[in-house]
Formats: sequence, C-alpha cells, structure tokens
Amino acid sequence: MTSEITNYVFEAMPHFEGYVYPNEATQQPLWGVLIVLYPYITGLVAGAFIMASLVRVFNVRALEPVYRLSLLTAFAFLLCAPLPLLFHLGHPERCFEVMMTPHLTSPMAIFGFVYAWYLMAVLLLELWLDYRRDFVEWSARTAGFKSILYRLFTVGVTDVSEPAVKLDHKLGHVLSIIGIPSAFLLHGYVGFIFGSVKANPWWGNVLMPIIFIMSAMVSGIALCVFNYMVLSWVRRKTIDMKCLDVMCMFLFYALVVDAAIEALDWIHRVYSAEEGFQVMQYMAREKLFYTLNLGQATLGTLVPFLLLGSLQLFRRHVPELGRRRMYFGSALLILCGVLAMRWNVVIGGQLFSKSLRGVMSYKMEFAGLEGWFMGAVLFSLPFIILTVMIKLFLSEQKPK
Amino acid sequence: MSLSRRSLLAKVGATLAGVLAAPIARTAKAAVQKVLVSTGAAKGYDPTKHKWAMAIDANRCIGCGLCGEACKKENHVPEGPYYRTWIERYIITKPRPGTGAARGETLVDCPEGGMHGFPPAPVAKEEIQHSFFVPKLCNLCEHSACVQVCPVGATFDAPDGAVLIDPKYCIGCGFCIQACPYGCRFLSPATKTAEKCTLCYHRITRGLKPACVEVCPTQARVFGDLKNPLPDDPIQQFYQNNRVQALKPHLGTEPRVFYAGIDKEVR
Repeated sequence: MTSEITNYVFEAMPHFEGYVYPNEATQQPLWGVLIVLYPYITGLVAGAFIMASLVRVFNVRALEPVYRLSLLTAFAFLLCAPLPLLFHLGHPERCFEVMMTPHLTSPMAIFGFVYAWYLMAVLLLELWLDYRRDFVEWSARTAGFKSILYRLFTVGVTDVSEPAVKLDHKLGHVLSIIGIPSAFLLHGYVGFIFGSVKANPWWGNVLMPIIFIMSAMVSGIALCVFNYMVLSWVRRKTIDMKCLDVMCMFLFYALVVDAAIEALDWIHRVYSAEEGFQVMQYMAREKLFYTLNLGQATLGTLVPFLLLGSLQLFRRHVPELGRRRMYFGSALLILCGVLAMRWNVVIGGQLFSKSLRGVMSYKMEFAGLEGWFMGAVLFSLPFIILTVMIKLFLSEQKPK
Repeated sequence: MSLSRRSLLAKVGATLAGVLAAPIARTAKAAVQKVLVSTGAAKGYDPTKHKWAMAIDANRCIGCGLCGEACKKENHVPEGPYYRTWIERYIITKPRPGTGAARGETLVDCPEGGMHGFPPAPVAKEEIQHSFFVPKLCNLCEHSACVQVCPVGATFDAPDGAVLIDPKYCIGCGFCIQACPYGCRFLSPATKTAEKCTLCYHRITRGLKPACVEVCPTQARVFGDLKNPLPDDPIQQFYQNNRVQALKPHLGTEPRVFYAGIDKEVR
C-alpha cells in the first residue's frame, strides 16, 4: 500500500526540472543499481587482494591470520564482479563478442581481458599455489565427496616434497608481485570507464581511476575487517587483536589517502568551476544531498576517519572490547560509505541532463532487473560463495 | 646489436609493405563492412565515393515539427521519449531593468521532441529578447565519442561520413549513449540495442534525401554530398553564405553538422 502511494506521488511529481534532452527523459536512468554494484564489487576484490599481498609481498607478519580469508574474499567477489554488468546488457547473449571481437579503443572492451587475466592468471593461480600442499594433505585425511573434491583441486600435482613446496611459495610470491599492479589495473579500468566519458562533467575526470583505486583499497580492507570479525564471532574464536590493530592501521592510512584525493577532486571542481559547475552544485545540494554529504562524506569518511584516527593515537588507552566495536563500526560505515560513493558516481552522473540545463529524478523500484531485490540478491551472492569456500578451505583447526 | 644489410633491407621492405598495405586494408575494411554490416544501404552503393553532410540554418526553422514526425514514421522510432531528431525552442528574455545584465533567463523546451509544434511562449511577447528553434540530430562527429567507447565495434564511422550502428551486433550496454555529448542516442525498448539518426541511410544510398530534409517546408535543413557537389549545391551555398558554428566544440568531437544562426546558449 505504502509503495503504491509513493509510486502514485512519484508519478504525479514532475520527473524533470529545467530542460533535459528528450532522449534523456526516460523513467529510469540507463545505468541503474546493477552498474552501482559492478564497481563496488570489483573494488572489494581489488582491495581484498591488496590486503592479502600486504602479507605476501610486504611481509606484514601480523596479518598472517587473515591472509587466506582475504584471498578467498577477493576470489568470491571476483566471481560475481561481471554478473551485474552482464545482467544489465540489452543482449547478454552477445556478451562474448566483447572478448571475441573487442573494439580496442573502448575501456569496456579491455575490462574483459583485464578481468580474465586477473581471475585466471593471478588470483586462481595464486590460490592454487598457496593451497596445493593442503589439498594433497586434506584429500588424504578426509573421505568421500570432500576427498574427491580436494583431489580434483590438486589437478593431479601431488608432489609435496620440500623443493616442490618451495617452488610453490616462490611462484606465489612472484604472482603476488604481479597481482598488485593487476589489481590496480582491474579497478583503475573500472574508474576509467567513467573517467573517459568526456560528455559528462560529473564523470570525465583524470582523477577518476585513482579515486576508484583508493576507494577500492579502503572498501576491500574494510570488508576483510568485517569478514574476519564476523567469522571469529561465528566460530566463537578470540580475535587476534594485533592482527586487527594492524589491519585497521592500514585501513586508516588508505582512508586518509582516499579522502585526500577525493577532496582534491572536489577542490579542483569548485575552484575551476567550469561549465556544468552550477548543475553539479545543485546535485550536491539537492539531488545527492543525503548520499553525498551524509552517506559518503560524513558517515562514510569523516566518522571512520575520526574513530580510526583516534585509535591510532590512543590505542593503548582503549580497552579491547571498545576497540573491537570501534573497528567494526568503522568498517561497516566505510563499506556503506563506499557504496554511497559508487551510487553518487553512477546514478549522480545520470541525474542531470547533458544539456546542463536540467535534472532528473530517480526512484528505485523493488522488483525488476534494476530493483532493490535484484541488487540485494547480487550482493549476497559473493557472501554465499565465500561461506561455502570458508567451509571448504578455511578449516577451524589452525593451519599447519 | 649489429644490423646486417640483409636485415636492414628486410626491415625497410616490411615498413614499406606496411605503408602500402594501409590503404588496401582500409578499402578491404570498407568492403567487409559493406557485406557484413546490416546498414540498409542500397545494393551496389559504394560508401567510399560519397561524403554526406548536413547543415542547419536556425534562422529558417519555424518549429513546425514536421521533421521530427517524418523521422519517427520513416524510421519506425519507438513511441515515447525516443528521438532520432528533435527541435528545441529557445526563449531568451529581456533582462529585468536595473539588474545590469545583458539578457534575462534562457528558457528551453521541447514538448514531445517538438514533433507537434510548440505551445504559446510561457512569457509575454514584450519580455522576449530572442526566440528561435534549433533542430537537433546526430552531429556526425569526425571524432565520435560514441564510436570510441563501443566495446564490440557495433557502432562505426562509415566511410561516407554516417555514424551507424549494426543492430545485430550491438550488445546493448549503453556506453555509447552515455558517451554522446548531444543526447542523440537511446536504447530502443523494442530491440534492446542503441539507436540513433542514420541520416536515413536506406534513403540516401538510393539517391534520396533524409526524411527530415525532404519534409522541411523552409529548407532549414540542408543536405548534400561533399564528394559530388551539384551545380549550385545547397550545402556548398550554405557554407559560403554563413559563418557557422558547431555544438560543444570544446569537447573536440569535431561535429560535421554545422549550424547557422544559433546562440551561445545552445548546447
């Protein structure tokens, strides 16, 4: 009933203010919530991978307990990353044309290759190299279906002699090093899809790929913090506070850099006040007031910045429980804040006319391809995959 | 690294062959496009022998909307907010006395794409400083942003200057619609592919004019072939008689649709 009334009111309200090109006067923006989720999920992948490589490449030993969790997180989300993009296509059955006959000047075409490279050559291989010895061991220790499954995952390479394992480690290390620029490339490219649109002053911005990479790192680390804390809670295990402190230290520094770059972007926009600035001002004040000022800037950046920042200074004076709550709260806020940021970029960029003379309204529906429900399903999917993988690959006993 | 004569010769030869191969490749590409792409062109039509251009004299447009209507009918453009061409009305009011401004507000409207004409102006006649109509269509950019971003190359620059879409190839991602600065593209609800003005490709390749040009009662729309100018060609005359403007020139898209008689407020 309520939704009927709101729908009715929305229908009665003018959807457009000022002048919009007639082709822009559609009920829904061309790119809806699915395209909001696409950079969000891809960003979580890149961030979680960077988190894992802190252990592998930068030798941050304190983060050892979350190494595998963050790799699995990256993998689960990577599997789901192209789904929203695929579902929103007018002709999803033609999606392979992007790989078969790519148009090389298109940012979207190259994304397919970057994605495939990242999935096949980096993440899958790194996970396999890291897990191979365990697969061999587990396949011998377990019985039935699980044993067969683990044996399948070894792909027949069951040599667990010292030199073979050493080689695994060495290759894994090399892959991690390749993986870092690949993760940057993956998400930088997503940023470039928007940053390359010069027709849209909200998107066409040289800083866009960097903003996307930084916010990806922030959101990915926050997701790892969230997953680690939830997993420990579910398994009734004590949280390794040293690991959590270090994770959140990196989260804080990534947040500082991210906030600085985004602030720089805004300062530049305000100062140069180029064509279209007026409509952008209007967007920030009216159309995106809650998601931009409240969601992205205040709750998603400022509050976690203060929480995490104060913990950097006064960590010793805050009891463990308080610290845990502050970390958990910050991680959640950051996750929501980055989602708001993706919303502001994707939806915000389509709420004003390219004639720069008018704005559109958007009310998300519940059902339908671009509705709440579909978005929620697509966003739960990686968590479901992750749960299965944790069950299979993250045994409750201490590894090794 | 030493360079033997043999290898140097081979390199020079290869470079020369590459240079020579470029035009052959281009012709081959055009030939392949002709065969494979569903453009609706007439049989035997050679796109490399033409260069189509359109120009618009806003001074002549009376805002009757016939062009918009003809386009919808000719091209079976879907009902609703989907237009391959449309007409905008600009009303620039006089400044309020004492404000020190040169002009007042700019009001733009385009009810139903201007297809059925326009309602009376929302301001009194005495308050209007300028009022004019601007027909819009695909700007036939030399450096089209839409072609650049298409992930599969379904949209392409035809050698004759038209920017076309292969509907059998388009995946319907909508990137080109986002990239077009002029709002000329839409995602067709019928085919789920991107659509736009094709200059009535099925007509011009048969020696006819685009539908909008054909029906324009005031010849505000001028169409011609730059490679085969007629005696007293209307488009050559247009270029000679007017100082012209293009839309959003700062974006570097180099539109080939030129306008005469528009204002800085037109975007």
